[in-house]
Amino acid sequence: MNLPIYLDNNATTPTDPRVVEAMIPYFTQKFGNAASRNHHFGWVAEEGVDYAREQVAKLIGASEKEIIFTSGATESDNLAIKGVFEMYKDKGNHIITAVTEHKAVLDACKHVEKLGGKVTYLPVKEDGLVDLAELEAAMTPETILVSIMYGNNEIGVIQPVRQIADIAHKHGALFMTDATQAVGKIPVDVNRDGIDLLALSAHKMYGPKGVGALYVRRKGPRVKVTAQMDGGGHERGMRSGTLNVPGIVGLGKACEIAYNEMESEAIRLSALRDKLQSALTVLEESYVNGNVEHRLPHVANISFKYVEGEGLMMAMKDLAVSSGSACTSASLEPSYVLKSLGLSDDLAHSSIRFGLGRFTTEEEVDYAIEVTKKAVTHLRDLSPLWEMFKEGIDLNSIEWAEH
Amino acid sequence: MAYSDKVIDHYTNPRNVGTLDKSSHKVGTGLVGAPECGDVMRLQIEVDDNNVITDAKFKTFGCGSAIASSSLATEWLKGKSIDDAMAIDNMDIVEELALPPVKIHCSVLAEDAIKAAINDYRVKNGLAPIELEKSHH
Repeated sequence: MNLPIYLDNNATTPTDPRVVEAMIPYFTQKFGNAASRNHHFGWVAEEGVDYAREQVAKLIGASEKEIIFTSGATESDNLAIKGVFEMYKDKGNHIITAVTEHKAVLDACKHVEKLGGKVTYLPVKEDGLVDLAELEAAMTPETILVSIMYGNNEIGVIQPVRQIADIAHKHGALFMTDATQAVGKIPVDVNRDGIDLLALSAHKMYGPKGVGALYVRRKGPRVKVTAQMDGGGHERGMRSGTLNVPGIVGLGKACEIAYNEMESEAIRLSALRDKLQSALTVLEESYVNGNVEHRLPHVANISFKYVEGEGLMMAMKDLAVSSGSACTSASLEPSYVLKSLGLSDDLAHSSIRFGLGRFTTEEEVDYAIEVTKKAVTHLRDLSPLWEMFKEGIDLNSIEWAEH
Repeated sequence: MAYSDKVIDHYTNPRNVGTLDKSSHKVGTGLVGAPECGDVMRLQIEVDDNNVITDAKFKTFGCGSAIASSSLATEWLKGKSIDDAMAIDNMDIVEELALPPVKIHCSVLAEDAIKAAINDYRVKNGLAPIELEKSHH
């Protein structure tokens, strides 16, 4: 076992060596521009891209004509939201999303608001799931798009996408989902799930960084988005720019591997995750954040009350994890996702996200359990709040000096 | 962001962790910060008849820099007179621990904790609390 141990697979994943191998020829021998229609080099590159398009489409049950390659999920989210807003402006100007979405969705929606659009940010229930009745109530004749993520990046909860899609469609709106964390981890099928647009990224599923895709439905209904970048009219006019051929080939290979291995991998990972979670929730005053039933197989987000997340991570120095603590964010605010579950700030500050992955071993999980337990105990020995809790003092009865 | 060696040292081997008898008239206790903000420091001093701090203890809920700042503060307090302790400035802590700008608030909290402990001691012993400048955070 090599230290440090990587348990931050929701931030990014290592590129699978099989993916790297598939990409390499496209840097040196097969380096052509996929848009060069009149010579061998262009054809070879285009072949690589076409094959990747099929691999991506197959993983999500789409047709290859429905896949638009982008630079990643952030671009896909932006293209979907801004592109739909622009394309369907004669139909309406209202978009519905949720407060726990990724910043790429939330900030694209804020942009739409600046352009005169109306956006509803749905709250979520305590378990992180969208309340379908609230969604239904928020729909208006002006609603053109509902954008709700498939699986959450911080707590891993899986939204009821099919029901959300049905509500959107009943009211004549499109359904878009940021499925960055879900694709390649759990079965996602655009037809079964009623998805009209879907954002995905390669580097969250053992592919390279800097490449992703947007699925855009072609039939029932035929969805269009207005391009957000002007140029050579690549990708059926929806996304100009010379294709990142090696990256796209890598994304395709990553999708193929996920398609073949996802089912057994999900079983293995959820067993490891459950082992980690049960061992850590034995600790007093530790809580799992988010719905545990509808959850991605590889994520556990746990709050260890009375210790602070960044301090805890420092004690877990051979583990790479992440925290909802303010101290780990640029904004010095604790995680907005955890806060929207109704978690108090102090519990949000005390959270650690464990993100397991394809290369995580049981030995590593066992080690992580030991290190985390020791770290929590060490920091509680240092914590005045833990001492007060143990003395039975109600922390809410103290007048804290906000600073 | 990497931590400085001194922060890691204080974090890994914190000095003077513990609790003094807060009901003793010789002990001053400062509890500053708030759980919602992610930092709470409790710093205690024990003072002898000559106004010299003979012991100091802390417990801190917070990040590594907050723990290191309070650990360092207790180290500095031991053996100091109350007057010298009052003169400890947060920037001394920043310098000693090489804290980056985003962690300056940890040093401010440590300075506030020192002053709060001294004032608690003064009030317990019938002295007026020292007027503190409005803290700078």
